[in-house]
Amino acid sequence: MLPLLVPLLPMENDWISFDVTSLGQNFWSATFDGLTFGAIYALVALGYTLVYGVLNLINFAHSEVFIVGCYAVVFTLTSLGFGPSVPRLGLTAIILNLILALVLAMVASAATAFLLERVAYKPLRKRNAPRLVFLITAIGASFTIQYIIYLVRGPSPEVAITMFRPLAIFDVFGTIVDSQQVVIVIAAIIMMVATERFISKSRTGRGIRAVAQDPDTATLMGVNKERIIITTFVIGGVLAGAAALFYVMKIPSGVQYSGGFVLGIKAFAAAVLGGIGNVRGALLGGLLLGLIGNYGQILLGNSQWTDVVAFVVLVLVLLLRPQGILGTSLGRSKA
Amino acid sequence: MSMVDGPTPLPEAATEQAAEEREARSAGPGTSVTPEKRGGHGIFGSLGERWNALPRQQQWAFLIVVVVLAYLLPLMNPPIITTEPGNNFALACFDMARFALIAVGLNVVVGYAGLLDLGYVAFFAVGSYCAAMLTSPDSPFLHIPYLWTIPVAMAVTMFFGVVLGVPTLRLRGDYLAIVTLGFGEIVRILATIIPAMKGQVGFQNVGHPPGTEADGTPIFSNSNGVPWYWLTLTIIIVITLLVGNLERSRVGRAWIAIREDEDAAEIMGVPTFKYKVWAFAIGAAIGGMSGALFAGQVGFVNNQKFDVTTSILFLAAVVLGGAGNKVGAILGGALVSYIPLRFTAIAEYKYLIFGIALVLIMIFRSQGLLPARQRLLAYGRTAYYKVAKKDSSGLAGGDVPPAGRSGLGKGNEKGAQA
Repeated sequence: MLPLLVPLLPMENDWISFDVTSLGQNFWSATFDGLTFGAIYALVALGYTLVYGVLNLINFAHSEVFIVGCYAVVFTLTSLGFGPSVPRLGLTAIILNLILALVLAMVASAATAFLLERVAYKPLRKRNAPRLVFLITAIGASFTIQYIIYLVRGPSPEVAITMFRPLAIFDVFGTIVDSQQVVIVIAAIIMMVATERFISKSRTGRGIRAVAQDPDTATLMGVNKERIIITTFVIGGVLAGAAALFYVMKIPSGVQYSGGFVLGIKAFAAAVLGGIGNVRGALLGGLLLGLIGNYGQILLGNSQWTDVVAFVVLVLVLLLRPQGILGTSLGRSKA
Repeated sequence: MSMVDGPTPLPEAATEQAAEEREARSAGPGTSVTPEKRGGHGIFGSLGERWNALPRQQQWAFLIVVVVLAYLLPLMNPPIITTEPGNNFALACFDMARFALIAVGLNVVVGYAGLLDLGYVAFFAVGSYCAAMLTSPDSPFLHIPYLWTIPVAMAVTMFFGVVLGVPTLRLRGDYLAIVTLGFGEIVRILATIIPAMKGQVGFQNVGHPPGTEADGTPIFSNSNGVPWYWLTLTIIIVITLLVGNLERSRVGRAWIAIREDEDAAEIMGVPTFKYKVWAFAIGAAIGGMSGALFAGQVGFVNNQKFDVTTSILFLAAVVLGGAGNKVGAILGGALVSYIPLRFTAIAEYKYLIFGIALVLIMIFRSQGLLPARQRLLAYGRTAYYKVAKKDSSGLAGGDVPPAGRSGLGKGNEKGAQA
C-alpha cells in the first residue's frame, strides 16, 4: 500500500531497505527459527480453524485463550522456582516440571475457552443471532479478558523465565540447531498429528466434521451439536495451552496482557494461508508464515516487520487464493 | 423471500418500486443486529413512536432547539453535566463531537452495510498523519493550508479503504473484520518504523484554520475547545444530512439489503461488492476527516495515539447507540467519550467497562439504546403510516403481517438455517 504513495511524495529513500547479504548469511538460522515460530502459530491457528470450521465464526477471543495459558505457564514455573537464570535441576526434574506447566496451561486455556463459549456464544446461538452479533461479541469478549488481565497484572511483561539452557544438537550447513527448537517443532508436530488423527478417526471427530459440514443434518443424524461445539472449543483451548508453553520457552519476555493480540492475528493469517477450516492447512500455513515472517524480518532489518509481512501475506492470500493453499474445509476433509 | 405475504402495494406506487420496497421489508426490516425485540420496546422505543407521530413542523422546531442547545453547550457549562474540574468542558465537548463524528462514519460501515470494521482507528490515524505531514513545520513535504488537508485526508483514507476493501470484500464479511484489525496494528507499526513518519517524536505545531482574535492569538488554538467544537458540530450536521440522504437512496437500500441477507441481495440484482466497497470507503473517509480535525486541535501527532483498543471503543460507541441509527451513533459516540471524562474515578477502567458493555449489549439488547427504525425508506412516513394503519386496524387480516412480527419470524427462520 505505502509503496504506491511513495513516488508521489518527496520522501527520504531510507524508509525501507533490502539487506540481501544479511539474509544470505543468516538464511539457515532464520529458517530454523522461522519453523519454531511457525510451529507455535500453527498450534494457535488450529484453534481458529476448528472453531471456524464448526461455527463459521472467527473467534477473536482465541488470542486471549492463548495468553491465559501463557500466564498459567509463568505462574506455575515461578512457583516451582524457575526464574530468569538457568535452573539448577536435573534433566528429569526439568522435564517433569515442564510437563506439569504444560498440563496446567492446557487446563487454564481450555477452561477459558469453555467459559467463553458458555457465557458469550451460547446465548447468541440459542437466539439465532446474525453473524455480525457473533463477531462483535467475540471482539468484546477478547477485549474484556485482555483488560481483566491488565487490571490484575498491569501493563508490564511478566518476569522472563528460562526453562533450560538450549543445547546444540546438530548443525546444518554450519548453523547450529538447538534443543529448544527441536523440542518445540517436534512436540508441536506430534500434537497436530494427534489432533488430525483424532478428528479423522474418532467418533467425536466424526461428529465435529459432520457439524462442520451441515449442522442441521448432523443433528438429525443424532449428533449432539452442543456437545460437539463445546468439545471443539476445548480442543482449541488445549492446543492454545500447549502453544503457550512453547511461546514462553521461545520468547520468555513476551507474556503481557496484550501479547496474545498480535500473535492471534498472525495465527489467523496462518490458518487462512493454509486454508481455513483445514487441520493440515493450519500446520502448513503456520510453518510457512513463520518462515516468511522471519525471512522478511531479516531482509528488512527490523523485528517489527514480521507483523507487517504476516499481514501483507494475509491480504495477498485473500486476494489471490482466498480458499488457502490446501483449500478443503473441515467438513470435506477425508472421511 | 416471501413476495406473497409482503405488505399490500400502495395504490399510487409504481409496481417495480413497490416490489423493491416489499423486498427490503420482508428481507428483515430494522437492523440485522436486532432480529427480535425491535421497535416499540422500552422508553426509547416509545419515544421513537411519539416522535414519528409529531407533525413535521414540530419535529423541525424541536430539532432546531436541540441544535442551538448543542451549539451553546460549551458556553453554558451546565453544572451537573460539566466535566470540570477534572477536564476542561469545552475540550470535553470537542472530544465528544469527535467521537460522535467517528461513530457516524463507522455506523455507515457497521450499521448500514453490516460490515465489521475493527481497524477504524487506522483510518483515523491516516487522516491525522495527512493533516500533520502537510501542515507541520517538522515535515519535509509541501505545505498546504490546514482546511485543505481535510479533503486531502478524506481522499487518502478513501484510497486506503478501497485498497483494503477490494481484496477482502469479495469474500464473506468475517475476513474484513480480521483484515481491518490487522491493518489497525500495521499502521501503528509503520508509523514507528518508517523514519519519515517520525515515530514517537511525531509532528508538532500541526496547522489550524485561519483567523485570529483581536490580540493576535489564533481563534483555533489548542487550548480552546469551543471553536473546534463548533467546527466539528457543523461538520457532523452536514455529514449526518448527507448520510441520511444516502440512507434513503438506492445506495442505502442496497446497504440494508446486503446487511440483512447478502445472498438474497445478490440474487435480487444488487451489485453487492460495489456497494460494500462504497460503504467501506465512505466510512473510511469520515474517519480520515475526524482524524484531520483531531490532529488540528491537539496540534501534535505521533504514533502513540492510535492503538487498536481505540477502535474497539469506536465500535462500542456505534453498538451502544444502536447500529444502523445515525442519531443513536451520535449519542453513543458522545457517551463513550463523555463517561470517562465525567466520571474520572472510573476512567481507568473504561476499556474493561466498554468491553463488557459490548458483550452484554449483544446478548441482551442487540439493537442498542436507539434501535434503528424499521421503515419503508423510499416512501418515508406516508407509506409507513398507510401500512401501519392497515396493520393495526386488522383490515388486511392475514395477508399483511405486522411489520415487527414479520421481521421476527424472518430472523428466526434465517437463523435456524444458518
